[in-house]
Formats: sequence, C-alpha cells, structure tokens
Amino acid sequence: MTASAHILKDSNSVTRVMLLVLACLLPGILTYAWHFGWGIVINLAWASILALALEAFALRLRGYPLKPFLSDGSAVVTAWLLALSLPPLAPWWLMLVGMVFAIGVAKHLYGGLGQNIFNPAMVGFAVLIISFPAQMTQWAAPLALAAQPLSFGDSLAYIFGGGLPPGVALDAVVSATPLDTVRTGLLQQHTLGEIHAASSIFGGIGGVGGEWVAAAYLAGGIALWAFRIVPWQVPVAFLAGIWLTAGFLHWADAGRYAAPWFQIATPSAMLGAFFIATDPVSGATTPRGRIIFGLGAGFLTVIIRVFGGYPDGVAFAILLMNLCVPLIDAYTQPPVFGATRKK
Amino acid sequence: MLTAILVMAGIAVALGAVLGFAALRYKVEGDPLVEKIDAILPQTQCGQCGFPGCRPYAEAIARGEADINQCPPGGEEGVKKLAELLGVEAKPLDETHGVTKPKSVAYIDEALCIGCTLCIQACPVDAILGAAKQMHTIIASECTGCELCVAPCPVNCISMVPLKEDLGSWKWKYPVFRLRQAT
Amino acid sequence: MMELQRFPGGIHPEEHKQESSSRPIHAAFVPKKLVVPMRQHIGQPSKPIVKVGDRVLKGQMIAEADGYVSVAMHAPSSGIVTEIGLAAVPHPSGLPDLCITLSTDGRDEWAARTPIDWRNTDPAALRGHVRELGIAGLGGAVFPSSIKLDPAGGPPIHTLILNGGECEPWITCDDRLMRERAEDILEGARIMQHLLGAEKLIAGIEDNKPEAIAAMRAAAERLGLAIEIAAMPTLYPGGGGKQITKTLTGLDTPSGGRTTDVGVQVFNMGTSYALARAILHGEPLISRIVTVTGHVLQPQNFEVLIGTPISELLLHAGERDGTTGVIMGGPMMGFDVPDMDVPVVKATNCVLAKSKELFPPKPRELPCIRCTQCVPVCPAELQPQQLYWFARARDLGRAQEYHLFDCIECGCCSYVCPSHIPLVDYYRFAKSEIWAREKEKRLSDIARERHEFRLFRQEREKKEKAERLAAKAQTKRAEAPAPGDAEQDAKKKLIREALARAQARKAAVTPKNTDNLPPEKQAEIAEIEARRAKIVEIAKQPVEPEQH
Repeated sequence: MTASAHILKDSNSVTRVMLLVLACLLPGILTYAWHFGWGIVINLAWASILALALEAFALRLRGYPLKPFLSDGSAVVTAWLLALSLPPLAPWWLMLVGMVFAIGVAKHLYGGLGQNIFNPAMVGFAVLIISFPAQMTQWAAPLALAAQPLSFGDSLAYIFGGGLPPGVALDAVVSATPLDTVRTGLLQQHTLGEIHAASSIFGGIGGVGGEWVAAAYLAGGIALWAFRIVPWQVPVAFLAGIWLTAGFLHWADAGRYAAPWFQIATPSAMLGAFFIATDPVSGATTPRGRIIFGLGAGFLTVIIRVFGGYPDGVAFAILLMNLCVPLIDAYTQPPVFGATRKK
Repeated sequence: MLTAILVMAGIAVALGAVLGFAALRYKVEGDPLVEKIDAILPQTQCGQCGFPGCRPYAEAIARGEADINQCPPGGEEGVKKLAELLGVEAKPLDETHGVTKPKSVAYIDEALCIGCTLCIQACPVDAILGAAKQMHTIIASECTGCELCVAPCPVNCISMVPLKEDLGSWKWKYPVFRLRQAT
Repeated sequence: MMELQRFPGGIHPEEHKQESSSRPIHAAFVPKKLVVPMRQHIGQPSKPIVKVGDRVLKGQMIAEADGYVSVAMHAPSSGIVTEIGLAAVPHPSGLPDLCITLSTDGRDEWAARTPIDWRNTDPAALRGHVRELGIAGLGGAVFPSSIKLDPAGGPPIHTLILNGGECEPWITCDDRLMRERAEDILEGARIMQHLLGAEKLIAGIEDNKPEAIAAMRAAAERLGLAIEIAAMPTLYPGGGGKQITKTLTGLDTPSGGRTTDVGVQVFNMGTSYALARAILHGEPLISRIVTVTGHVLQPQNFEVLIGTPISELLLHAGERDGTTGVIMGGPMMGFDVPDMDVPVVKATNCVLAKSKELFPPKPRELPCIRCTQCVPVCPAELQPQQLYWFARARDLGRAQEYHLFDCIECGCCSYVCPSHIPLVDYYRFAKSEIWAREKEKRLSDIARERHEFRLFRQEREKKEKAERLAAKAQTKRAEAPAPGDAEQDAKKKLIREALARAQARKAAVTPKNTDNLPPEKQAEIAEIEARRAKIVEIAKQPVEPEQH
C-alpha cells in the first residue's frame, strides 16, 4: 500500500524524459544528414533496432518485464548517441559490436536502467576506438567537398556490404575529421597555419559542415535545458572547461595549439556537452558537483585531444569523470533548509 | 649500495619512531572492544550463550573463547553486527544455544502465585516486584523476556506472553518495489 | 503590506478546491454510534474514566490526560458507554486501538459548560484548562496545544502565526471556517497571543481563498484586533510550519529544530477556533470541520462529531458507485483508510473518496535514473534521491547524516518523480526503523543498568552478610571459646530436615489461594483480573516517539 502522494504530476515519466532528449537531438541529426549524407540516417535506424533487440534480450535473461523497460526509451537514446559518435558510414558490424558493449556490458551487467556508472554509449565508443582505430577514423567527407555524393542506396550498400558504386574511390567519400587532420598534421611537424592551408576541410571556425552540426546540437541542447531535462551547470561547465584549457594552450603557443573556438565548434564537443555529459544516471547530482564534473570533462577532453593518441577525447573524458562521480557527490552536498542556523 | 641500505634503514627508524609516538599519544584506556561487543548484545541477560549475562559473554568473545553465534535473542542480525565489528565471517546461529523467538514478556498468574520469591531471585534485571508470602508481579516495561523466572516457579504460574504489534510499536514497512517478474 | 519571502521548493498540483468550497458548512448530525479513540493526539493516549454502562452527557470528560504530553477526551454527544476496548481506528497500519464506544440517545444533551475568564486566569491554570478541554492541533500533527502555548523553556515567542495555508489540494475546511466563523478564530488567536506573550500576530492565507481573506479582514476590523492578514502565493506545501514561517517572517527554522527556535509559534485556524469555543463557551473539542469531497455526489464541508464513522459521513455527502477507496487527509500527505467504519478523529481534515478517474492507479515504478527533478521541489532543500538510495539500502546512518529527519513528508518528490517511485514511503520506513532501533537501544541500556545494579547489590549483600556473620562469630567465640563439631552437625541435620519438609510441601498440589472464597469475592477477583488484563494490554503499548 502506498500511503503518500496519491497524485502524480501527470505526463511526467521516464519515457517523456527520454523522448524529449530524442526530440532535441533532431535538429542536429537533420543538419548532419544535410551536410554529410544518408549514412547517419541509416546508422541511426540500424542502431535503434540493435539497441531494442539487445535490450529485450538482456531483460529476458535477467527476468525483467519487457514492456515498461523497452518503452522507457533509454535504449534508443543510447543507440542514437552512439550512432552520432561513430563515423556515419561505419560498417554494420562496427555498430553491432559497439551496441553489444553499450547495452550488454555497460548497462545490463551493471544492473540495467539507472544502475550503470558509465555512460553506455561512451563505453561502446571507447571499445570501438581502441579495437578498430582504422574504421573509426574514416568519416564521411562533407557533401560540399565530396567529389560524388553517395545516394541512399549507395550508403546502404556501403554500410552493409562494404562496396562502393563503380568509379567511386574510397578517398572521395571518406576523410579524416578536422580534429584528426590537425593532430596528424602536428605530428608531422607542420604548424597550424600550414595545416589549415593544406586542407579544404576547415570552415569558418570549425570544420566544413561540422560547425553547423555543432550549432544545431547547441540549439537542441538549449531546448533540452528549457524543458528542464538537463541542468545548465553541466553543459556550461563542460564548454567552459574546453574553452579555458584550449585557450590557455593557444595563448601559450598559437602555432601548435588550435584556438578555443575551434575546439568548441566540433560536433562531438556540443553533443558531449548537452547530451552525453548530462546523462543523469552516470553524472553528478549536486549543483556544485555538476560544475566540477563539467569542468573536469572539458579539461580532459582538450588534454586528450591535444596530447593523446586518439582523434577525439570527449568519450574518454566523460568516462573518466563518471569514475569520479561518487567522490564529487560526497564532497559537494548543498546545505539543507535552515542549515545556516544549525542548533 | 651502502647509501641505499642506510637510507632505507633511516626511513624505517623514522617511521618506527612515528608509530611508537602515535601509539603512546593516542593510547586508549580500558578495553573498548568488550564495551563495543556489549553494546551490540541485546542485554537480555538470559544466559543462553552459556555465560552468566551479556557482559561475561562479551568478555569471552573479546578473549576469543566464545563464538559470535551463541546469542539467540540477538538473532542473525546480532551475529552480523558482531561479525562486522570483529572483522570475521558471519555464520548462522548455533542452535544448541536456542532459537530466536519473538520478543515476549513474562506474565505471573497472580491467582496461582504463592509468594515464594524464587522468581525474584532469578530475575537478572530486578523486574519482579513482591515479597515473601506476597503476590508477585512483573514490571512489564523492565522485563527483557529472558525466561529465567519460568523454571524456578514451583507452581508454574509464570508464562511468556509474546508482544503483539500495536499502534505504538508499529513500523512503516519497507516499500515493495518489484521490478522483476515473479518467477 | 508586508513583504513576503519565498520558501525553497514546492509544487503546483491541481487544486480541486472549487468542488467543496462553494457550499456552506453542513451542521453537525448525531450518528447512532460514536467511537472515540484514546490516541488521537501526539503523546500519551488518554486514560478512560468512565465504565461500560455509564450514561454520559455531551461534552462530559470520558478520558483524562495521561501525563504532560496528552489531552483529555470528551463525549461528543449524550448517550451510553457501550464498549471500552480495541476498535478500528484511522491509521495507515490498520491496527486497532483502545476506543470508547458510545451509543447515542439522540437528545444531544449538553453537560454544564463554564466559560473561563481567561484575562484573569493564571497562565498555567489556563493551559491546564486547554488540556482538560482536549485541544490539540487540528492542522494534522495533533500536538497538544497546551504545550505549544507554553513559552517557557525556549527563546521568547515574538510572532504568532495563524496558518490558513491549507495548501493541499481538495481540502477546504479551513477556507469555509474562515469565511463563516472568522470572529471566533480571531478570539482564539487573542487568547493564544495572551498566553505566548507574542507582540506580533499574523494570519497567512493562500491567495486562492480571496473570500476567506476578506472575511478575516472584516472580522479583524469588527473586533479591533491588531492582526496582519497576508495573502500568500499559492504553492504547496506553503502551509507547512517552517514554510509559512519563512514566507511571513523571512526566518529560517534551523535544521533539526522547530519554528519556536526562531521565536515563531504557528497554529492552525481550526485550532484557534476550537480554543475560542473551549475557553469562551466551555465547549471541549468534540467536533471539527471535515471536507468530504472527491467521488461523492455533493462535495461539502461538514461539522462532524469526533467519533462519527466515515461510512456515515460519506452517506451524508452522497456515496457514488465506483468508489475505489477513501483517503483521510489530502492527496499529498493523507493515507488510505483501512476500513470504512473508522471514526473521524481530531486529525481528520478531509475525507477524500477515490475513483478510477480521479485517482488512476499508479503507473509501474521504474528504477531511479538520478534525474534530480526531486531536488528543486524539496522544501527542506534535501537531496531526495540520495535519501532514497540510503533508505533503500537500509543504510540508516547515512540517511540520518543527510538530514532524513528534516524531511516533512510533503510528497513533492514523489509527485514529480518520472520513475514514479513512492519516495516518501521509503523515508517513513527509514524514520520508523531508526525510532524502533533507538527505542530498542534505550531498553537494552536500561536492562544493562539494572543488571549491573543487581550484581552490585548482590555483592554488597554478600559482603554485609559476611560482616554480620563475622561479628556474630566473634561474639560467639567470646561466649563459648570451643564450639564442638557435634553442635554444628546437629544444626546441619535440622536444616536438612526443614528442607525435606519444604520440598514435600512443594510436591503436594498447591491449592490456589483464592479457592475457598465466597462467590461474591470470587466475582470481585474476576473483575479485578479483567481490569488488570486490560491495563497490562495498555501498559504494553510503549510511548510513541515524540514527533511534531
């Protein structure tokens, strides 16, 4: 028998929270598809199917009812976040492996919805980037630069069969991301200026197309905040962490370290700030804790991007900060009502 | 080589001095372990553990002479707490010392009582009121339910009445929160 | 106009006040049977002072206050006492409790009523009257008012707040009371102010009750009472003691403390009214205003005699098909009554009939996703999600460290939780578990102390005996320097024989010491025995932990 709160705020449910997250991702997805082709749409659908199937399978194994947990929408959110983090023309099996680790290992081995200490999508991403670095760096080239854009059918065939239409070279459809281009260029002892001059992939402040995707994520993220689904502290602190760290490095050596705006205007940074670092399950819960969490993740993102061996650092930064959450929460308890005049 | 050995020896001596100082500086008086064990024991003073009261049992545990699972009134939860305190594995209650019963208080059928004072002498917490040739009665609020007064009574007028749950002792239950399917 | 402050947290649930607030208070009716529980207030239950078969008059005391934290009980109408024993009471546990049952005679005949000249009565004596007249807080906590009206032992009370928040949805009993009987409320406030010595008198009324605010302002003008009547923004739980104190005075009640710690005492409108009726008219607390609403034909407020069965009240309001249950209190903090025949008690401000449409079954609970939507709505600024994890893991120590006992159980967190977790149920579980453990600890401490004293006493007796024997032996030695062994043997033999005789006697059937008594004596003993059994029953109920 429940003896308290006989009424509930109608309409509020986990499903609503998750659906709003998905809805706020849509502007980003549309911009993404506009600039980089059909690949991302196919991958999103494929990831959703995989996520639901794996979720159902895991729930069955664990003896949980399917309906309430499948309809909560959390599996689809994980699927979309992973799909948006992978190269849009990633082969089908890459997504399969990633989802198995995201849903199977990171989520259900830790106890399912609400119990995972790491963000499932980021665990899937980390496993893939460690295991399949080659596939993970073949990003779709911006349509504006591509010699011959892939049609829907071509994309489908490439993702599931690996074959390109006759006469199209691999180089014509995939390229490295701007971040990766900078990193490789620096490794070859070029200066930032030389790298920028040598490649056509750089746009106004970020990459061609990519900067618009980032802007769309930002718009969706602000909407998510307006719906009170995500707190402002995490994205603001995350972006501030990136900006401050990158800004300091850029100030120290502008020839080696990219400008802070360049670091922020990447799709991964915006997606991470508003949709991944804000994952409530694996994030900090106190206001001050969220600021620490965001700042730390932003700082680590830049450090890994600049000094690490991987093309991007958002996933590892967030996973590392996930590790610190219990400690952060324990030390950032806000005062309770009337605590200032404690008896 | 010689420097390394000297350095290591120096560190060892320094650390030893710090530890020795700390041991003297923060020395704890008495034997807090017995107190801590005694605080966990339910103070029924029933002697089912084989010792004449809770404190002697606590002392025996502290000396390592008694096991932690000899207290039926403390139940499994008591064993668990003792195990946690002493850093040992919890084990099931030793049934040779009795089984856990619901908490009860003794009740004297006053129509039968002959006023022999035997139960008064047996009560470990002086919870029985009476005098020779006078009717005795239990102070229910002080009774620990140890049952030590039951056996000595020559006319079998003492019975144990289990405490019923009422509004005063009622507790909110642990909310049932079923996520899994009933299997 | 005074400046109002905003308390932290809070929610805006659908109000549902219109249903019952438009009709006037329905006058009291006398049911055939009245069941008066002895435990209607916080503290010690009252002690019955009538016998089965006694005829009692309306307002006659039938149970006296037992101890300091207690109040008296009175017959709500005239009639015969038919039963004193366990009966169903409104409590979430569904357990029965000691009640006095009256069979009413329909004459509703008052006992003598003596108004009290409160201005010329010693404050302590006046508080005694308050206790004897059964006044306890009618806002829900039912704390004996005589204690709250005692300013001694704390910081001086500078402000007395009349709480007209009535922030829970559906409930309108204070609203109607203020609209119809504002003058009596203010008369009561005057007495309270006198007892507390408070300089300032404020009434806080939520702005969704404009008629009540107008009525109170008009009454204050008529009486020439210096009172500030503030319209507070409607926000649940704005009627909580700490919340209304914050709103009206800006003072933060310390964590773990009470509003009196900052010099503010808060009384419910109904309590003030009851006090006025008691002191000025000599009428003890035998009735209260109850909102009967929800799934009934005519949602309305009733003046209800304490002890009226809820089923009868629902009948008066027009029972409807499809009633799925009844909540006593509001939908946020009330509880499902286990039995429709439980009586209305002093705490009953609302009887809310449920239907599938008004109160759809709760959706399935999901695990906590740590979304922290519960944090901004918590009026105590707690971290509800953390308390939930600790309570769920039975980590009671950590729950207390995170200020579990500052939780006022308002239910805002449960209301907004997207996983539909009954959070307050977990906090209540943890609180009552902590209380139970503290009680157990207290009892075991007493047992240890008594056992240690017994050991000490035995030791002392042994020593005294030894000393006595030594002294005796010395005098004996002085008399007869060489006691023979034969003499000792003879003594031992005598003792042995006496023991054997005693054993033989013990073995023989022991006659009851009451066997050979005349029948009237036997009957008397039986009666005493029955009474004793009842007392034993009552004595076994330990004191409830004091809550406020």
